[in-house]
Amino acid sequence: MRDARLRIEAAGPLTSIQDAGRPGWRRFGVPPSGPVDRRAFAAAVSAAGGHGTAVEFSLGGLTLVAEGEPLAAAITGAASADVNGVEIGGWCVVTLQPGARCRIRAAGDNWGYLAVAGRIDVPEWLGSRSTHLIAGLGGGRIEAGTTLVVREPRSDLASVAIPQPPDPGPITVARAIPGPQQRFFSADAQVSLTTATFAASSRFDRMGMVLDGPLLPPLRIDMPSEPAVRGALQIDGDGRMSLLTADHQTTGGYPRIAVVIDPDIDRVAQLPAGATIRLEMIDEAEAIAQTRAAHRQTTQWLSRVKAGCRPRPPLMMANLVDGVVVTRPRGPKYPPQR
Amino acid sequence: MNGPVFRAAGSDALLADFGGEISEAVFARVVALDHALAADRPAWLVETVPAYTSLLIVFDPLTSDHAEVTNHLRALDTSTADLLPTTTHVIPVCYEGDAAPDITQVAATLGISPEAVIAAHLAGDYRVFMYGFAPGYAYLGGVPGKLQLPRKAAAVRGHPVGSVMVAGPQCLITTLEMPTGWWVIGRTPVRVLDVASERPFLFEPGDKVRFTRIGLADLHA
Repeated sequence: MRDARLRIEAAGPLTSIQDAGRPGWRRFGVPPSGPVDRRAFAAAVSAAGGHGTAVEFSLGGLTLVAEGEPLAAAITGAASADVNGVEIGGWCVVTLQPGARCRIRAAGDNWGYLAVAGRIDVPEWLGSRSTHLIAGLGGGRIEAGTTLVVREPRSDLASVAIPQPPDPGPITVARAIPGPQQRFFSADAQVSLTTATFAASSRFDRMGMVLDGPLLPPLRIDMPSEPAVRGALQIDGDGRMSLLTADHQTTGGYPRIAVVIDPDIDRVAQLPAGATIRLEMIDEAEAIAQTRAAHRQTTQWLSRVKAGCRPRPPLMMANLVDGVVVTRPRGPKYPPQR
Repeated sequence: MNGPVFRAAGSDALLADFGGEISEAVFARVVALDHALAADRPAWLVETVPAYTSLLIVFDPLTSDHAEVTNHLRALDTSTADLLPTTTHVIPVCYEGDAAPDITQVAATLGISPEAVIAAHLAGDYRVFMYGFAPGYAYLGGVPGKLQLPRKAAAVRGHPVGSVMVAGPQCLITTLEMPTGWWVIGRTPVRVLDVASERPFLFEPGDKVRFTRIGLADLHA
């Protein structure tokens, strides 16, 4: 069977290959990596037929030209795209004919995903194709000039809209559990944590995001390096807060005042610069309950995503606009609630 | 000795904290708990991360919770707590020429000769306390007191993989080309991270390390 290829014409600096992640290696300094927005990623790979690898892009967007065999692709997350100048929006499945130029612009949030109906042929490291971006290990960085080879390409998917997550729109209150290095902070700092408003900043990458707000300086800076986790709200020596995300350092000597619960981490990481957020402290039992509830909700939504994506009826093949199959006039505006 | 304090570290992890002092005795208890947990892996266990004075336990929040994990950890037999692993790695280091770009300045700062810097580094008794910062960055404790100095004011780029560097009581062998504020006093041909290997990481937390001296010819052999 012949391959499809995606020739990358332009890509922002934070563009990389990601799969579901690389758990199990943190003790050797290797974070789980994987997508910064795990739900948007899961929707893209589900809609594109289940090969578990996608391209993650950020504010720089992504422009590519399809070559070889026709190829169906799914676009999710913070993205609005056109194919040969025809606007298709975001959260959609589209078929790229050979020669089609797909231009994806960041729209709204910080991270988006392009998955394809086929297997992206990239290296695996420690059982995962996720890219640890600063090391460049795994599937790899994507930059202008990269050509991705897609094995077993399929083009028989209908061009449909992908249902958005059950709670679309920006998160305004993130739930967190206090600690584990709470002892390094004054009572005042701990009060500020839950009463102040914080704002997403443009200072983010795959390791984390600086959250602007009141400074919460630690009482001491003599902490022995302790393990760090995704979702941790880490405070540097000056009192600035950062949210740790997919490529976080596995250990470090800056104290963590609280940890955002799993279902809320990626939504905070998606907040565009300037969007405000408050933090609500909950206890461990409540965190477990909320995590399980969110998991059930996400599972149900992903089954709707899968069910909504179907083989394309043969007649639709005629509906070609400059190499792109468009079976609906326009994609939904993304983000829908802003 | 009292048991560790268990603290939630988010919705899917617990931190077992053995107290703030960095010492071999405290670290032995970290490793003992890590080994006791690994000896009979519960189904909910995702992974553990040992550090100087604490152990992170990551669990599956869909099948377990903080209370169950805490109870499980409390019931583990960690009576081998005074027994650290005895695997010793011998790492050859070249302290000459461009393999040791900072050795002259380190010697000048400490007021000793470069030969005395090398002798002090070779005399150290090193233990792998943890990994962190980047894949394969293993933090070795045990730098002799006379060789301890604060890190540089600003990070410097361009040190090749295998650079042997020190800062404070810690020593590290780089696995990637990353900017660093540590003092590069030598280079080893040994790779702590071998990307192509099935077992890519040379050290387990708890292992011991001894350095031996080689010349430039052996470094490039």
